[in-house]
Amino acid sequence: MIARKTTLVPLAALGLTAALALSACGGSDGGTPVSDAGGAEAASANASGKLAGAGASSAESAESAWTQGFTATNPEASVTYDSVGSGAGREQFLNSGVQFAGTDAALTEDEIKQSSEACQGGKAFDVPVYISPIAVVFNLKGVDDLQLSPETIAGIFAGDITTWNDPAIAEDNPDVKLPSTKITPVHRSDSSGTTENFTQYLEKTAPKAWKHGEVEDWPVKGGQSGDGTSGLVSVVEGGDGTIGYADASKAGNLGIAKIKVGDEYVEYSPEAASKAVEDSPRVKGREKGDVVIELDRTLDDPSTYPLVLVSYMALCDTYEDKETADLVKSYASYVVSSQGQKAAGEVAGNAPLSDKLSQDATASIEKIKAKG
Amino acid sequence: MSAAPARAASSGLLTGSGASERRLPWYHLLVTALASIALAAVVLVLLDSFSIGALVVLGYVLHLVVGYSYARAREGRRWAADRLVTLLVLGAFAVAMIPLVSLLWEVVARGLDKLLNPYPGYFFTHDMAGVVGGMASGGISHAIVGTLLVTLGASIISVPIGLLTSIFLVEYATSGPLRVLGRGITFLVDVMTGIPSIVAGLFGLALFITLTGDPGIRIGLMGSVALSVLMIPTVVRSSEEMLRLVPMELREAAFGLGVPKWLTIVKVVLRTSIAGLTTGVTLAVARVIGETAPLLLTVGALPLMNSHLFDGRMQTLPTFINSQYRSGNAVCNSETVTNPITQMQYACSTTINYDRAWAAALTLILIVMILNIAARLVSRFFAPKLGR
Amino acid sequence: MSSSAADPAPSPSQTRAPGAPDAADAPPSGPTGPSRSEDPRRGRAKRRPGDMIFTGLSVGSGLIIFLTLALVAIFLTVRSLPAIRDSREFGGGADAVSLWEFTAPLVFGTVFAAVLALVMAVPVSIGIALFISHFAPRRLATPLGFMIDLLAAVPSVVFGLWGGVWLVPKMQGLYELLNTYLGWIPLFAGPEPEPPMRNLATASIVLAVMILPIITAVSREVFLQTPRLQEEAALALGATRWETIRTVVLPFGRAGVVSASMLGLGRALGETMAVLMVLSPGSSFSLHILEVGQHNTIAANIASQSAEATPDVMARLIFTGLVLFIITFIINALARAIVARSARA
Repeated sequence: MIARKTTLVPLAALGLTAALALSACGGSDGGTPVSDAGGAEAASANASGKLAGAGASSAESAESAWTQGFTATNPEASVTYDSVGSGAGREQFLNSGVQFAGTDAALTEDEIKQSSEACQGGKAFDVPVYISPIAVVFNLKGVDDLQLSPETIAGIFAGDITTWNDPAIAEDNPDVKLPSTKITPVHRSDSSGTTENFTQYLEKTAPKAWKHGEVEDWPVKGGQSGDGTSGLVSVVEGGDGTIGYADASKAGNLGIAKIKVGDEYVEYSPEAASKAVEDSPRVKGREKGDVVIELDRTLDDPSTYPLVLVSYMALCDTYEDKETADLVKSYASYVVSSQGQKAAGEVAGNAPLSDKLSQDATASIEKIKAKG
Repeated sequence: MSAAPARAASSGLLTGSGASERRLPWYHLLVTALASIALAAVVLVLLDSFSIGALVVLGYVLHLVVGYSYARAREGRRWAADRLVTLLVLGAFAVAMIPLVSLLWEVVARGLDKLLNPYPGYFFTHDMAGVVGGMASGGISHAIVGTLLVTLGASIISVPIGLLTSIFLVEYATSGPLRVLGRGITFLVDVMTGIPSIVAGLFGLALFITLTGDPGIRIGLMGSVALSVLMIPTVVRSSEEMLRLVPMELREAAFGLGVPKWLTIVKVVLRTSIAGLTTGVTLAVARVIGETAPLLLTVGALPLMNSHLFDGRMQTLPTFINSQYRSGNAVCNSETVTNPITQMQYACSTTINYDRAWAAALTLILIVMILNIAARLVSRFFAPKLGR
Repeated sequence: MSSSAADPAPSPSQTRAPGAPDAADAPPSGPTGPSRSEDPRRGRAKRRPGDMIFTGLSVGSGLIIFLTLALVAIFLTVRSLPAIRDSREFGGGADAVSLWEFTAPLVFGTVFAAVLALVMAVPVSIGIALFISHFAPRRLATPLGFMIDLLAAVPSVVFGLWGGVWLVPKMQGLYELLNTYLGWIPLFAGPEPEPPMRNLATASIVLAVMILPIITAVSREVFLQTPRLQEEAALALGATRWETIRTVVLPFGRAGVVSASMLGLGRALGETMAVLMVLSPGSSFSLHILEVGQHNTIAANIASQSAEATPDVMARLIFTGLVLFIITFIINALARAIVARSARA
C-alpha cells in the first residue's frame, strides 16, 4: 500500500484543482542528477520487511536521514521512526510496540530487566548513535562573539547574573563592549534530554553556582521558556538580551557562545564533540555489549567540547524471527557505520561516532539473533 | 432576498438614510467620526505618542462617546443607543478582522512561494521520499491524502452518530423514560466536549492496542476514531441547536397530513435545518482537521504515500506541519544535498522546514475553504426553497 | 445564502404560536406547562416499521456515545489510579508528590485562561454575529460569514505559529501601558512585563481568536432563525434596530449563544498546541496575567511533559486529564442550568 510515485488523480476528484495535477506532469523540480550514479553502493545484502522505531525527537533529522538512506539501498525494506519523545519511545519499545527506540538517556537497569518480555527472553541493550553538541545560543544587539565560563553560564541560568555588563561576563570577554541590557535566560518548557545534559554539565563544572542538580525539567521557577528546541530558538530570536541552550544544529542565525574548557574558550564543532565522547569513560557495571557512555563534563583538553548530548538506540538482543532480526541488524549496522554517520552528519549536523565507538556498537549489533 | 420591510428598514438604519423624521442624515455620523479622529490626533500629539494604530483605537473609542452624545442631543436617547450599538457591532467586526487578516497574510506570505515553486503543483504532487536535511524539494501529496482520508473516516463515524443523537435528543427524548435517557445523553455529550485532544489520542491508541493485541499498531483508522471522539460532541451540540429551531408548526403540519414521524424528520425537519446542520458539520470538520496531538499518537509518521486507511502509518497535514516546525533550522554543510533514493541533487536551504510548514498550513486552510464552499453548495442545493 | 435556506417558512401558522419560546426551552430542561402535552414530538404517531428503525438508530447512537464516554472515563481513571495511590494525599509517604500541589495551579491556569478567552470572545462574537445577521448589507453577509468560518479552519499549530511570530511582539506596547496606568487592577499588576510577551494574556488572546469563529457561527445561525414576524412586529411598533435586537433577537438566541459559548469554552479548556507555543509556562496561582512563567494549562502541560514521562509521571498527567474532564463537565452543567433557568423566567 505504500507507493513512492503517486499522482494526484484521486485528489483532483476530491476537490483540489485538476489544473495543478496537470501542471505536475511537466516542468523541472530544480534537481540535477548526480553525475556519479554509484553513490548507492549497497552496504549490506538487500534486507526486506517492516521495521518501526520511536523515540527522541532530538535525533529526528538524523533518523530521517537513516531511514531514508537505508530504504534507498534496500528498496524492499520499510523503516519508520515516530519522534514521540525518549520516554514514550522507550515505553513503546518495552511493550513490543516498536522494534527499536531512540532515547536521550540509556535504558535504566529496571528497564533492562523489564525488557525480557519484549526481547523474547533476551535482554535489551543500547548503542550510541547520535552525538550532538549543545550550543549556548544568545541574541544580544551589538555582540556577535561571546565567551563564557561554566560558572558564568550557571550564574546566568540560576538567575544570579542579571545584566549583560555583569563583571563575571566582562571578565570572560575582555575585548567585548557589553551593553547593560537585562539578561533573559530561556529554558525548555518540556522535559527533555537537552535540559538534562545541560544541567548535568552545569552541576559538574560549576557546582558552586548551580545548585539545582541534574534534571530533565527546568528547576528554576518562572522565566521565559520555549517548547522544544525550535520553540526555544524562536524565543531567543524574538527577544533582545536572551540566552538559551539548544542542539547546535538548530541554532540558525543566533550567536553561539564559546565555552571555557580547561584554560581556553572553545567553539563547538562536531570534531570536538566527538572527541569529548571518545575521551569519556563507559558506564561501569553494564552488560558487555551495552555501550553506554559516562560523559565526562570536566575534560580540560581544549580540543574537546564536553557540552554534548548522546542519543542511544535501544535494541533487543533477540527478535521473534530471522527476518526481523536480520532487518534490525542491517539497519542498526548501517546507522553506526561511518557511512550512516556521514549521511546523518551532512543533513542533521551531528558529530560522528568515533571509530572505536562505531566498532564496539557494530560488535554488539552483530550479536542480535532470532529466537530459538 | 426580497425587500422585506424589515430589511429595507435595516439597510436604511445602517446607512443612516432612514425616513424617520427625527433621524439625521448619514453624513452627520461622518462628521462626528472625523471630529473624534481629529480629537484623538490632538490628544496623541500632546502625549507625544502618535501612531496610526493608537489613532484608530482612540478615535474609535472617542467616537463612541462623541457620536453617542451628539445623537443623544439631536435624535434622542433611543436612537442614540441604536447608533452606539451599531458602532459597537462594527467595532467587534473590525476587531475580529485584525487576527484573521494578519493570520491569513502571514500564512500566505510565508507559504505561497513553496506552493508555486519550482512549479505550481509540485508541492501537491510529491511526497517526502528521500528528502533529508535542508534539501529544498519534497512535497505533501502523502499528507494531503492522509488528512483527507483520516478526516473522512472521522466524519463517516461522527456525522451519523452525532446527527442521529441530536435527532434523538430533539425529536424522541421528550417524555417518559426516553426523556431521562435524553438528559443523560445531553450530560454525557457535555462531558465529552471536555475531552482534551491528547487524551482522545491516548484513548484511540489504548483502544486499538486492546482490540488487536498489537502494541505497535499505528493505522489511519485509529486517527479517525480518536478524532471522532472530539468531533461527535461538536456535531451533536450544533445539530441539536439547529433542530430545535425548526418551528413546531412544520412538524404539526406534516403530522396533520398523516406523514410518519421518521419521514417528517427526514423530509421536513432535516431539510428545513440543512443549512444550519451543514454549518455545524463543516465547523466540526474544521475543528478536527487541524488536530495534531491525537494523530501524533495514533497514525505515526511516514514520508511516503499511504492511501490505505486500514493498514500502515500515515502522514497527515497537521502532524507534518508540527514535525516540520519542530525540525527547526536545517543544517547546510554544503550547497547541495543529494536525495539518496533518486540520486538527484537539490539546493540546500536552512529555512526549508519552516517553508514547508507554512506552505502545508496554507494548503490545509485551502482544503478547509474548499470543503466549506462545497458544504454551502450542498446545503443550498438541498435546502427547501422558501419564501425569502 | 445559507440564511435564506435556514429560515423557517413564514407560514401562516406562525401567527398563531411564535416559535421562540418553543425553541428556547430545551425539552430536557424546559417547563412542562399544559401546552406541552400537545407537543407533536411526543410519540403519538403510530408505530410504523420506519419509525421503529429510526428510533432504534437514534437511541443506538446515543448509547454509542455513552459507551465511548464510559470507555474514555474508565481509561482515564484506571491509568491515573497509580498517581492517586502514590500521592501524598492518598496513602503515599510524606515526601511523595502532592497531587494538590501538582494539579491545583494547572487547574487555576486552565480555567483562568479559558475564562479570559471567553470574556474577550463572547461579546465580540455576538457583535460579529449580529453584524452579519442584522447589520451588514445582505449581499455582504455570506462572504463575511465565510471569512469568519475560515478562522475556524486554521489548525491550532498555525495559531501557535502566528501567536508566537506575529502577536507576541505586537503586544508589548499595550501591556506596558496596561501595567503602568492600570497596574492597580490585580490582573495587570506585577513587575514591569519583560519581552517577549509570552504570558497568559497573550495566550488568552490567541485562545479567544480560536474560539471566536465557533461562537460566531452558531450564534449567527441562531440569530438568523429569529422569527421574522416578531422582528417585523417590533419594528412596526416603532422600535429602533437595537430595541428590536434587545427585545426579540437576543432573548430568542440566548440559549443558542450560551450553548455556542460552551462549545467555545470546551475548546479553550482543551486547547493544546497554541498555548504550548505561545506561553512560557510556570506553576503558580498568580493573578498577574502580564507576568511570564507563572501559569500553565492542563492540556499544554500534558503535551509538553508526556513525551519524556516515566510511567508514574504519565499517571499524574493522565490524572490532570481526568480533572480537566470533570471541570468541563461542571462548567457545562452550570451553563445548562443557566439556560434552563432563563428559559423558565
